[in-house]
Amino acid sequence: MREIPPSAVAKASADRAAGANDKGEIATRGERRGRHSPARNDNLENMRVRIDARELHYRELNQRVREAVAAGERAFELTNVNGQRYIADGIRGEVKFDIHGVPGNDLGAFMDGPTIVVHGNAQDGVGNTMNAGRIVVHGHAGDVLGYGMRGGEMFVRGNVGYRVGIHMKAFRDRQPVVVAGGSASDFLGEYMAGGMLIVLGLVGMRPGQPIIGGWCGTGMHGGVIYLRGEMGSLDSTLIASQFATAAPVGEADCDRIRPYVEEFCKLFEVDRAAAFEPGFVKIAPVSHRPFGAKYAA
Amino acid sequence: MVTAKARRSRNTRVPVYRPSDFKWVNDRERCARCKRCVQQCGFQAITWEDGPVSDPSKCVGCHRCEAFCPQSAITIQPDPQYFRPHPLWTESHRRNIWLQAETGGVLLSAMGNDLPYPVLWDSLLLDACQVTNPSIDPLREPMELRTYLGRKADSVDIDWNNGSPKLAMEIAPMLEIETPVLFAAMSYGSISLPAQKAIAMAAEECGIMWNTGEGGLHPDVKPYAHRAFVQCASGRFGVHAEYLNSGAAVEIKIGQGAKPGIGGHLPGEKVSQAVSETRMIPIGSDALSPAPQHDIYSIEDLRQLIYALKEATNYEKPVSVKIAAVHNVAAIASGIVRAGADIIYIDGFRGGTGAAPTTIRDHLGIPIEIAIAVVDQQLRDEGIRNQASVIAAGGIRSSADAAKAIALGADAVAIGTAALLALGCTLCQRCYTGRCSWGITTQDPALTRRLDPYLGSQRLVNLVHAWSAELEEILGAMGVNAIESLRGSRERLRCVGLDRMTADILGVKPAGVGA
Repeated sequence: MREIPPSAVAKASADRAAGANDKGEIATRGERRGRHSPARNDNLENMRVRIDARELHYRELNQRVREAVAAGERAFELTNVNGQRYIADGIRGEVKFDIHGVPGNDLGAFMDGPTIVVHGNAQDGVGNTMNAGRIVVHGHAGDVLGYGMRGGEMFVRGNVGYRVGIHMKAFRDRQPVVVAGGSASDFLGEYMAGGMLIVLGLVGMRPGQPIIGGWCGTGMHGGVIYLRGEMGSLDSTLIASQFATAAPVGEADCDRIRPYVEEFCKLFEVDRAAAFEPGFVKIAPVSHRPFGAKYAA
Repeated sequence: MVTAKARRSRNTRVPVYRPSDFKWVNDRERCARCKRCVQQCGFQAITWEDGPVSDPSKCVGCHRCEAFCPQSAITIQPDPQYFRPHPLWTESHRRNIWLQAETGGVLLSAMGNDLPYPVLWDSLLLDACQVTNPSIDPLREPMELRTYLGRKADSVDIDWNNGSPKLAMEIAPMLEIETPVLFAAMSYGSISLPAQKAIAMAAEECGIMWNTGEGGLHPDVKPYAHRAFVQCASGRFGVHAEYLNSGAAVEIKIGQGAKPGIGGHLPGEKVSQAVSETRMIPIGSDALSPAPQHDIYSIEDLRQLIYALKEATNYEKPVSVKIAAVHNVAAIASGIVRAGADIIYIDGFRGGTGAAPTTIRDHLGIPIEIAIAVVDQQLRDEGIRNQASVIAAGGIRSSADAAKAIALGADAVAIGTAALLALGCTLCQRCYTGRCSWGITTQDPALTRRLDPYLGSQRLVNLVHAWSAELEEILGAMGVNAIESLRGSRERLRCVGLDRMTADILGVKPAGVGA
């Protein structure tokens, strides 16, 4: 174990005290030693780059983030975020973002590794074509979440919008997972090719509100969707029966979803027992080649 | 020899008569009984029964056996079955109906539209100099074919700096190409790796661009990525941050001329180990590209993806948007430019494909000639023509077509079918089967190894150099020394045999009308 020299901590603290000013300028640090030591976490608060996003155009905000990442920064706190698009777009590696406010569309698009925690709602296109990493949203998220997502995890405390998990796909050890605590709207898992979508219908539900919208699993040819609830309570007309079928979960399914649901409960302080009751329904593709017989060739 | 066979459909139990397309003729006197034809046929149409025997129902007319017969004993002929002629119920309609009655399936085709729609290139003629304006001898004078693709500034700011002027502005990222002929988007998966490698190497040697299509970037072609458009389409196959940053430009594929408005289905048979790794999907799974990109339902959404890609590439790469030429192409192109695209790639209705429903391929879209003219005009009228370059594709057969496309208003052309022809393709139109005997549109290692990427690359380089030399000849004859002077110069085109409205839409005067 290598400790951070006191001088470095002192320097970082001094910079932190100087802080990001109200123009959103990044507080820079000369000292980089000890960044990979176990002591890092203890000092994470001091190591973070704070950017005040108030009045900042997304292009400037993201430019600053990219430059700081290129300079070796690995943790960011973005405050007063108000609809700025493309935050963490295309960022690679282990970088952590804490976002206060509402990030704009395409949060974490094409990203490959970072962890994003949104302390608020998120808009459309979260995790678009994301390759790896983790996004946690302490609120609702909008439409087209996880489009073409190939790896990583997403946890949304509340509802997710329309067209979520379209063309989500898996490849080898990359198994993308999305857990939504509320409901999902129409076209959940359309063209889904791999990975796992879990909808809990637990947080912020109106009485009688269905857990999913219509046309769930249209064109689905891989992956799996788990919906909390009983077979009898699921409106089967919401599922695109030409492509997907609903069935009660088995033991293996429970083992698969357990760690993710437990993680959800831990992240959002939701009662664990409630999250697993009354069980889950599994929606799986009818065929891995739904259009194999479509052609006259 | 049986040239047609009666089949019994499982479902309907109706006897079906479906004649073959081709007749395979072997001159037994010349045949050396070497079995090479049996080995060469990728479609297993020839078997050995004490001599080569063909199953004509399997022959696609690719001529591989004919080309490789050391004795020149083989001839592929049209099937001699004679149908009573009918101007409405053509033979091809009859064949299609029989096939669909048998299978209940959607007809599938490959390569470009093969119906005899008018080819407008063949009604357009280029101007030449005589007496009053001297032509230029390209053998003596330098001719400029170099082209820059990308967003051109509205105006140029110069810091005069006391006699040593400097550019006082940022120039948008641009692609420098040595000749205005590019290779069209063809994915690894739709074509073989040797074929794509040949194309990539040729692009590098010629100083032009190739295009990954929606198939990701295989490690073998990565060294040539600095000359590639890397495509991001609805399936997002193989698309990730590193991929986007390894190309010279990023292209959003909205549509394709051969199949406007529909997606793509790469059949599981073509998803081999290597294709799986490049597309980042499991082996043998269908690679389904949905019809629209489900995060793009409007011009505003397109803008969002354009800028997502620009952000992911730090604004260092031009972003191209590829669309099929459709009725409203001019307004769509305007929207695309306003959405922030640096390049628009327009694919006309004769554009090729590895697989498309025949009905879609043959009946949707508009000619590229018309599309170039209306897009160029619309962008000029709106004063935004400088904001994006236009690449035209979809049936560019020769340097003459390229010159006419550029005169109509394109910045460059892209060639797909012509490139495959250079690699040995005979246009049998059976790419979708994955059995290409020439090793071009297959993933079977026994077939792909037939194509040597180095020799293939040389043939492509030859083609591009030949067309470039011809373009220089054309420019010289027209009395200009730079392709830039021909670009959008419709005054240098005349039409023959076109109706007045078509001529007006093309913005071209009839032959006989002077300047």
